[in-house]
Amino acid sequence: MAVLEFEGVSKYFSRHAGQMLLRDRLRNLLTQTPRERFCALRNVSFTVEHGESLAIVGHNGAGKSTLLNIATSLCLPSEGRVAVNGRVAALLELGSGFHLDLTGKENVRINSAMLGLSRKQADERFEEIVDFSGLGDVIAEPLRTYSTGMMMRLAFSVAVNVDPDILIIDEVIGVGDQDFFLKCFQKIVDFRRAGKTLICVSHALGILETLCDRGLWLDHGTVQAAGTAQQVLDAYAASAAALVAAPATALPMVAP
Amino acid sequence: MSLGILWSLLNPLVMMGVMTFIFSTFFNNPTIKNFPVFVLCGLVPFNFFTIAWVTGTTSVIDSCNMVKRVPIPREVVPVAAVLSSCLHLGIQILLLLSAVLIFGLGANIQWLWLPLLWLFEVVFVCGLALVTSAINVYIRDMRYVVESVNTVMFWLVPICYPFAMIPEKYKPIYEINPIASLVNALRYVLLEAKAPPTSTLIRLPAVSLFMLAVGLVVFRRMKHSFYEHI
Repeated sequence: MAVLEFEGVSKYFSRHAGQMLLRDRLRNLLTQTPRERFCALRNVSFTVEHGESLAIVGHNGAGKSTLLNIATSLCLPSEGRVAVNGRVAALLELGSGFHLDLTGKENVRINSAMLGLSRKQADERFEEIVDFSGLGDVIAEPLRTYSTGMMMRLAFSVAVNVDPDILIIDEVIGVGDQDFFLKCFQKIVDFRRAGKTLICVSHALGILETLCDRGLWLDHGTVQAAGTAQQVLDAYAASAAALVAAPATALPMVAP
Repeated sequence: MSLGILWSLLNPLVMMGVMTFIFSTFFNNPTIKNFPVFVLCGLVPFNFFTIAWVTGTTSVIDSCNMVKRVPIPREVVPVAAVLSSCLHLGIQILLLLSAVLIFGLGANIQWLWLPLLWLFEVVFVCGLALVTSAINVYIRDMRYVVESVNTVMFWLVPICYPFAMIPEKYKPIYEINPIASLVNALRYVLLEAKAPPTSTLIRLPAVSLFMLAVGLVVFRRMKHSFYEHI
């Protein structure tokens, strides 16, 4: 059964959505200026089957995060159909859903609740989460004293230990140190062995290659390539290399 | 936190003092007995109303990194903001009840109405906050609209004048306003040891529940495009 299914999904944002004051609203209403639209995703279709893991690559602004946000049901697609079967845990942005003035412990409890655990389940998994994070005594300190890496450890520990059916990781895995990365890696391997699904966005192609078996390459909101991780990542790497090489040769000679 | 509790006591006490001074020196109305308690009956529900409504209104924008990144039911955010203001309400209610006892008015069986009356105020403010917090995502100066309405409401809620002084033709309008009828009901219970008027007991729950329903409907409609506007 498909765990995640996108069918002809497009997402539009209107430009100038930053003008949010009553003044701007009234002006727009009176002048009837047509809104320019920006297309973040265009007719994207793919399915992720049970137990698969998908790597998503693409340049900055290609629509990777928009896609993940739609999969997490944080926003609705403008067109198309999305089906998600199972509980999703998403690490979309570091520190989202964390409160900086609360301690690590308190944040673990709040975060587990937000990911859909009952109070009892959260209590049962609390030790496991703290152990996995490897934060030790620091767990009793307020989160604002944490480093980026420590915060990521905590976020990741909660997300993998709430036992989601689909784990979504958006480029946060890179901030952990080598030890923690290996631990995460082991956890993700176990996680996949248990038949769970992983969706991973990163620019670290090496990591993606080891974690994922399927790949999706987005370019300006459209699917450039889809297939096995190996194929897609190689094609993406080749095109990125070509982009880097091209301007270098085209550069005009400048006298020293 | 300790200072927070102090603040929620300080504001009504100072206002009570100032208003007692003004209304016993400049606008003396000898028909009102125990003026400090009388005015406190108006200030406590009004304070909660203003603070909870403003915090509720800005709540969705204030916790934007949660609303935008964590898939939780978004209705929770404004409702939680209103409920967290209930702590201050609780403290101010204790202040009000102590003032009643200090002025020798004593407790009476009608006090049993109090939890119900306050419950409906909280329900009403939750409904209002759901509407305005959703609008605030699209129109960011909603907060100032709410604050202006609050300033006007200070005079339109019978805080410093008794309900009886309101001309007959305006009374039905006043009774639709749950805050005004709550203030009136509190005075019945606390100052006169009488049950709240029947019309209040019907209209207060009706208006509050209606407001909550409107709030939920409006919020659910608007929440789908929050992502694009935060």
